[in-house]
Amino acid sequence: MIKFIFKGIIRDRSKSLIPVLVITVGVMVTVLMSGFLRGVLSDIVNQNAKLDTGHLKIMTRPYAENKDQMPNDLALLDLQDLREDIKQKFPNVLWTPRIKFGGIIDVPDSNGNTKTQGPGLGMALAILDTTSGELERLNLKKSIQKGRLPMRKGEIVLSDAYAEKLKISPGEEITYFGTTMEGSMVFQNFVMTGTIYFGSPLLDKGTFIIDIKDAQDMLDMEDGTGELLGYFDSKIYNDIEASKIANEFNSQYSHSTDEYAPKMVTLKQQNDLKTSLDVAESFNAIFIFIFIFAMSLVLWNTGLIGGLRRYKEFGIRIALGESKRNVFGLLLAEASIIGLIGSLIGSILGIGLCYYLQEVGIDISKDVENSTIIMPSIVRAHVSTNLFFIGFIPGLFSMLLGTALAGRGIFKRETARLFKELEV
Amino acid sequence: MKKILFVLLFCAYFSNDLSAQQSSKEALEIIKKVDKNMFSETQIITSEMIVYGKRKSRTIRSKGYSKGQQNNLTEYLSPEREKGTKMLKLDNRLWIYSPATDRTIQLSGHLLRQSVMGSDLSYEDMMEERKLSDLYNTKIVREEIYQGRPSWIMELTAFVDDLAYDKRILWVDKNRFVPLKENLYAKSGILLKTTLFMNIKQIDGRWYPTRLNYKDVLKDGKGTDFVILDIKFNPAISDEYFSKSILRK
Repeated sequence: MIKFIFKGIIRDRSKSLIPVLVITVGVMVTVLMSGFLRGVLSDIVNQNAKLDTGHLKIMTRPYAENKDQMPNDLALLDLQDLREDIKQKFPNVLWTPRIKFGGIIDVPDSNGNTKTQGPGLGMALAILDTTSGELERLNLKKSIQKGRLPMRKGEIVLSDAYAEKLKISPGEEITYFGTTMEGSMVFQNFVMTGTIYFGSPLLDKGTFIIDIKDAQDMLDMEDGTGELLGYFDSKIYNDIEASKIANEFNSQYSHSTDEYAPKMVTLKQQNDLKTSLDVAESFNAIFIFIFIFAMSLVLWNTGLIGGLRRYKEFGIRIALGESKRNVFGLLLAEASIIGLIGSLIGSILGIGLCYYLQEVGIDISKDVENSTIIMPSIVRAHVSTNLFFIGFIPGLFSMLLGTALAGRGIFKRETARLFKELEV
Repeated sequence: MKKILFVLLFCAYFSNDLSAQQSSKEALEIIKKVDKNMFSETQIITSEMIVYGKRKSRTIRSKGYSKGQQNNLTEYLSPEREKGTKMLKLDNRLWIYSPATDRTIQLSGHLLRQSVMGSDLSYEDMMEERKLSDLYNTKIVREEIYQGRPSWIMELTAFVDDLAYDKRILWVDKNRFVPLKENLYAKSGILLKTTLFMNIKQIDGRWYPTRLNYKDVLKDGKGTDFVILDIKFNPAISDEYFSKSILRK
C-alpha cells in the first residue's frame, strides 16, 4: 500500500511538490535557527563558566554583592580549611581559586623610567599547579600567540592586543603597579613570557595572567582568594545538581553572623545568565510553535486546494464503494509520506548548514568589542542529536494536521448526491 | 514723577550692584587670608595617613617637602611595605619610585584619579597645591555658627579648566581665617568629597588644622584621616629635593 501511495506522490507532482517545498524550507529554518541559537548559548555559557563564573562559585557575602568592582579587600580568607571542607562534602566538584584585580602594567626604558604603560585586568590562576586543570580548562596552551606560558614564579603573560598596545615582546621585564588587598601600594616586576588570545573582546583588550601564588604574595592575600570556582568532574554544567550543592552549602552559613561568611552561587545566578538563558529557551520554544502553527495553516490551505482539485477523485472512490474513513486514511498516509520526505530533506539541509556554521562560525568581534559581558568573538552553531527531530517531528506533524483539517470535507460528502455531483 | 521713579530705580540697581561687588571683594579678601594661612613658600610636613579599611585600618607615615605651588616630594617612612617609596610632583607630572623594584613610574591622565593606597584621596588631590584665590571665583553665601565657631559659608566656582572639582563650598572661621569644612563638587553638581578640618592650632603665628578627615562620598566607610605630626613653614629646602635624581637616593 505504501509503495502504491509513494508511486502516486512521485508520479503526480502537483500533489506533493508545494507541500514538500514548504516543509523542507520550514524544517530547514527551524533546524538552522535552533542549532545556531543553541550553539551561541552554549558558547556563552561555556565561555562564562571557563573564564568567570565556574559551574559554582564561592565568595564572601559582601564580595558577591560588589563583585563587579573586584573588591579584594572583601576576599575569602582561610582558604585551605574551606577547600578541605568542600572537597569532602562535594567530591564530584573540582575547586580552583582565582583572583581578579586591576592595576597598571608599566614598561621601563633602559634607565628604569616609564616607556609605555596602560591599565589592565589581572587574572591570577593556579597555572603552576598541574592538578588544578586550569591549563586545559582555559585551553591556555593552544591560546598562546607568542612565547610560552609562565613556568615559574615571577612570570606573566599578556593578551596579545594588550602586549601590542604596550609594544612589548616575550622576554622583556615589566612592572605591575597597583594596590594590595588592604590598599597598600604594590610594585612587582615580572618577566613577560608570552601573549595569549582569549577569544573574548572584553578580555582581549587588556588582560594579563599570573600564577595564583604570585598574586597571593603580591596582594597580601596569603591563604586567600577573591573567588573559589567549582567545576563538575563531568565538565558539563548541570543546573539542578549545582543548585542542590549551592543550597546545601549556603544552609550551613544561613545563621552565621560573620559578615564575611562564604556564599555559593551557581553559574546561572551570575552575569544575568539565568535571564538570558531562560529568554533564549523560551524564544526557541516560541519559534517552534510559530513554525508548526504557520506551516499547518499553509499546509491546510495547500490541502484544501489539493482536496478541491481531487474532489472528483474522492467522489468516484466513494461512489465505487470505498469507505470515507479509508479515503481519509489514505490521504493521511499520503500526507505522512510527503511530510516525511520534506522533513528529511529539510533536516539534512538544516543540519548541513548548522555543521558549516559550527566549523566556520560568524565573527562578531567588531560588534561586541565594547561589550561589558563575556561574549565569544566568533559565534558558532552547535550540531547535536536533538537537531535530528526538532524540525523533523513538527514538519511531519504540521503536514498531518493540515491534511487532516482539509480532509474533513470527505466526511461531509453525501453518497446519495454523489452521482448528481459527478454528472453520471 | 516719572523722573524721580527712574532715578530711584537707577540708584537701587547700582547700590545693589555695588553691594554685590563689595561682597565679592570681601569674599576674595577672605579667601586670600585663608590662602595666606594655609600656604607657605616652602613646607616640611611629617604626617600620618590613617586609612580605615573594611577589615582593618592602616597607618602610613610620611614626610613631605614642598616648594611653591608646583613642586612636592613625599617620602613614605612606614609601614615596612611602603618604606622608602617616594612620590615626586613637578608641575603637573607625578613620579612614584619603588625601592623594592628600583622602578620609577610616571602617572598621568586618568590614572591620577586613582586612590592613593586605598585612601579617600586621589593622586590628583595630593598633587593640588595651588592657592584657592588663583583658581576660584568666590562669594559669601551666608554666615552661621559651625562647631561653635562663627563662620562664613563660601561658594567657590572654578575659573580655570583643569581642576578636579568645579565647585567647592567652604566653611571659614571668621576669626582665624582657617577652613573648618569643605564640600567638593563635580562639574555636574554631584557632591564627590567632603573634608573636615580639625584640631586647629596656632603654629608659627598662623592657625592651622592638624587633623583632617577626607571622605569620598561615593565610597563606604569612615574616610581617611590625615594627621599632621610636625610642620615647618618656610624652611630652607635644597632644589635637589625637587629633581628626579632624589628618587633613587
